[in-house]
Amino acid sequence: MAVTEWLAIALVVAGTFFGFVAVVGIVRLPDLYTRAHATSKSDTLGIILTLSGAALVFGADLAVAKTAVLGLFLFVTNPTAAHAITRAAYDQGIAPWTTEGDE
Amino acid sequence: MAVSGLLGTVLLAAAGAFVVFAIVLVYRIVAGPTMQDRVIAVNGIGTNVVVVLALLAAALERPGYLDIALVYGMLNFLMSIAISKFTVERGGVI
Repeated sequence: MAVTEWLAIALVVAGTFFGFVAVVGIVRLPDLYTRAHATSKSDTLGIILTLSGAALVFGADLAVAKTAVLGLFLFVTNPTAAHAITRAAYDQGIAPWTTEGDE
Repeated sequence: MAVSGLLGTVLLAAAGAFVVFAIVLVYRIVAGPTMQDRVIAVNGIGTNVVVVLALLAAALERPGYLDIALVYGMLNFLMSIAISKFTVERGGVI
């Protein structure tokens, strides 16, 4: 196989790993703000890596430009959406999780 | 028409893995406890679906799926922003 195919495989596997980390974070972390941190950072990195791997598969084509636009769009909007949701939650008075009460 | 060999298998397996991740995120929608937790989980499912569509477009050699993925990502972002604005304006009605 060509070098680009191995590179695509490596990128897709790495992106799947970070998607797995994001899901573990959303399921296991203790409150809303930490879960939003998991989805906005790990998930975005997983998306960027996976879409880069998919773009390498297409070769020189219009599909590469579409995949790049998709990755750039998600790179901007995914943390923005998480920020908007957590800010709405903070305005409603949902308290962040702390270890102070767990003596 | 599909990408054959190890590369096609890896692409399809990654798409299947992201589908499994989306199903696991349904647990957070059911468990909550707050409404914003559910919105975060729905947002995560939406981004996972976008990635699955892009991977299927690469694996099956159907670039038309990328247009669907773009529209889906935009609607997903709009859903999150709309719900966050709506809950603040109306004092957490939904």
